[in-house]
Amino acid sequence: MLLKEGDIRIPAGCAISGFISRDGNRLCGGDIVKSISYMHDRSNGLGGGFAGYGIYPEYKDYYAFHVFYNSNDAREKTERFLDRHFDVINLSRIPTKKIPAITNEPLIWRYFVNPLPTKIASSQLDEKEFVVKCVIRINNDIDGAYVFSSGKNMGVFKAVGFPEDVGEFYRLDEYEGYAWTAHGRYPTNTPGWWGGAHPFALLDYTIVHNGEISSYDANRRFIEMFGYKCTLLTDTEVITYIFDWLHRKQGLSLEDISSVIAAPFWSEIEAMEKTDPERAAKLKYFRNALSSLLITGPFSIILGYTGGIMALNDRLKLRSMVVAEKGDMVYISSEECAIRAICPDAENVRSPKGGEPVIAELNEEGKRKCL
Amino acid sequence: MPVNFFPAEFDVVRNTDKCIKCRACERQCSNEVHFYDADFDKMLTRDAQCVDCQRCVCICPTGALKIVPNPNDFRKSPNYTHQLMIENYRQAGTGAVLLSSMGTPKEYPIYWDKILINASQVTNPSIDPLREPMETKVFLGKKPAGIRKNPDGSVCTKIDPYLELSTPIMFSAMSYGSISKNAHESLARAAEELGIYYNTGEGGLHRDFYRYGANTIVQVASGRFGVFKDYLDTGAAIEIKMGQGAKPGIGGHLPGQKIGEDVSRTRMIPMGTDAISPAPHHDIYSIEDLRQLIFSLKEATEYTKPVIVKIAAVHNVAAIASGIARSGADIIAIDGFRGGTGAAPTRIRDNVGIPIELALAAVDQRLRDEGIRNEVSIVAAGSVRCSSDVVKAIALGADAVYIATPALLALGCHLCRTCHSGKCNWGIATQRPDLVKRLNPEVGYKRLVNLVHAWDHEIKEIMGGMGINSVEALRGNRLMLRGIGLTQKELDILGIRHAGE
Repeated sequence: MLLKEGDIRIPAGCAISGFISRDGNRLCGGDIVKSISYMHDRSNGLGGGFAGYGIYPEYKDYYAFHVFYNSNDAREKTERFLDRHFDVINLSRIPTKKIPAITNEPLIWRYFVNPLPTKIASSQLDEKEFVVKCVIRINNDIDGAYVFSSGKNMGVFKAVGFPEDVGEFYRLDEYEGYAWTAHGRYPTNTPGWWGGAHPFALLDYTIVHNGEISSYDANRRFIEMFGYKCTLLTDTEVITYIFDWLHRKQGLSLEDISSVIAAPFWSEIEAMEKTDPERAAKLKYFRNALSSLLITGPFSIILGYTGGIMALNDRLKLRSMVVAEKGDMVYISSEECAIRAICPDAENVRSPKGGEPVIAELNEEGKRKCL
Repeated sequence: MPVNFFPAEFDVVRNTDKCIKCRACERQCSNEVHFYDADFDKMLTRDAQCVDCQRCVCICPTGALKIVPNPNDFRKSPNYTHQLMIENYRQAGTGAVLLSSMGTPKEYPIYWDKILINASQVTNPSIDPLREPMETKVFLGKKPAGIRKNPDGSVCTKIDPYLELSTPIMFSAMSYGSISKNAHESLARAAEELGIYYNTGEGGLHRDFYRYGANTIVQVASGRFGVFKDYLDTGAAIEIKMGQGAKPGIGGHLPGQKIGEDVSRTRMIPMGTDAISPAPHHDIYSIEDLRQLIFSLKEATEYTKPVIVKIAAVHNVAAIASGIARSGADIIAIDGFRGGTGAAPTRIRDNVGIPIELALAAVDQRLRDEGIRNEVSIVAAGSVRCSSDVVKAIALGADAVYIATPALLALGCHLCRTCHSGKCNWGIATQRPDLVKRLNPEVGYKRLVNLVHAWDHEIKEIMGGMGINSVEALRGNRLMLRGIGLTQKELDILGIRHAGE
């Protein structure tokens, strides 16, 4: 019998794509589906997914939970749990379109919720941490229930299939957001579990990732000391937790996080000691204090978060990744074709260096419109 | 003439066709095995005195000598082995505790040899260390539990005192007294050249070697030999020796005949007296006392250097390590029971303690389970024999390793396991000036540098094969290991899967 994610570690190659309108213009989900479809051969039909930001403006103050259920029993248990811990503002099935390419779908539900203040107070946690703990509890303790998206004014849509089919299945052309990311998966084997598709999300952090990190178990065993539990055994999961811990909990900037997980080589740091001793000292500190969070092996990732996207390659740049611009738009993709597909006259096309973060965020106008 | 109950352990075989009677073997053998009989114009041997150190074999200009196990055997019994019978005869003759040196030769499982390492294929490229940067620098010491910020919002980069190693290998504790001054000099100079550290052991630090202080770990053991302010100030780190893998639960004993003028001055004890370190530290009868010693040493050195606590791998090593991690230690060194020694009671060496592989895995996991792995670095010791052992140790969770036996091999040791006799023909485990001068530190240090360079190169090759280009990404990366021929229980303790899984 094939084991599902969490029971076994499955390496995968992949395609990723993403874009953001820095002015906060709302972009149709159909664009991201079109973009990723041009890299059809980089996935093998065993997983595709999307993350959209700014897609729920009417519910932007509520956590949007997207949940897979294997059974109505699991749904009822989960809903009882949600009722105990959250104020549920709205619930519904996520609209989908039956297509032959996507089969065996679980029950897919969406909830807009707010944690109950009394529960937060008694837990002695801050609100976000409380939400994270609840999500982890549902995923670990309720058999057949899996929360795969849990941020505000954003959502993940994923399934087993080619990404273009997944996009059609979820009717993404009916959504609009200021930023989108996409993932096409090429796993080396898979049980075809929907939860194992990417993006992986925690709160509003989403990661799409192409690569296979060789530092996986070193990273996993370190981050698990801080209350995380890597249940899927995927790179994407552990990278998301690393971002969550360093960014949300430790307050490190995204640039600094890049210097931790894709740290410059010692030769570069030593050279910097003469030109910029302060920065060299900081980099050395990171490589000492946070050495277990160095990620080695090939990866190219797009991190999505409220108000921005960030692209990052491993320090040897063992995976392709290009960025381009056009007006207020920033595009990131595994291959240039996926950018040209939706923006034929894209400008400033370039390959960021290994370990060089590319961060694109909403500008003031965009923030006013979207946040 | 009394009956000798047991025959010589070795046959010294001389090819008389090759032997030119130059008598070099006679001059070189401190055990006085070889002698010349003028009446018969013949080289003869006293086989019973041979310890199989191979010195004569190596220096014989015509290659005329061979030392082979004496084929004579007692009636076979798997229960009462030849060795056991001899030991009982010997004890019946002397009434004494049996002494041995170096690591146990008994056939316990060697888990290093039952662990296999991963390599990249297809989904993840291997990395060629000749073409890409490959990093083996490590820091040992306490790490912060999270990011601290300065008042202006910038990241606070202050960190507790640490050791910086160019490669995750250090020379383990060997005292001046148990080994010679020339051996110490070789280790100190090699550590300096390599950018790593050597360890004084419990014998104090010879005045001539204070200049290597930046690469020296000074040890504070239960006998407190040679410990004073200058000594503590000179070292890069201070190691409190609570135990040693080869002889857990007991102290040390350097016989008076090895305490010459120099050793006496360095150890700060009278010449010719036995140097006996007690089994426990008599100011440490529990963990809270250890904490006091750790902080006494930190106070004495104004919190400028990390403190290492070295313990022997014993049954509840994980709980002990957890206690130490919460007691202010910056680094824990764990010494497995196959580790070497200059002298240990045979029964202790061969029966007490547990293998480093299991101890290391248990400690690393326990500290992670308790969320305090960051509080300390872990150094694994006690039979780390080659570069692949280093890789496996790091993947199991060690930050670095201590090596001692391989370092002695580099200096010429042939593991005859009779260091306690003080008659080391290779000039290592002896204080006899005529023997000590056989070890040239100029040559010795270069051989040590070569050895560690070679290992470092091999570590890089193995890491590159796994697609890892910096050693910190290997640390605790147990997914890179698989067991072979191990029970589920052993796999569970090591925290690894079986090959094929």
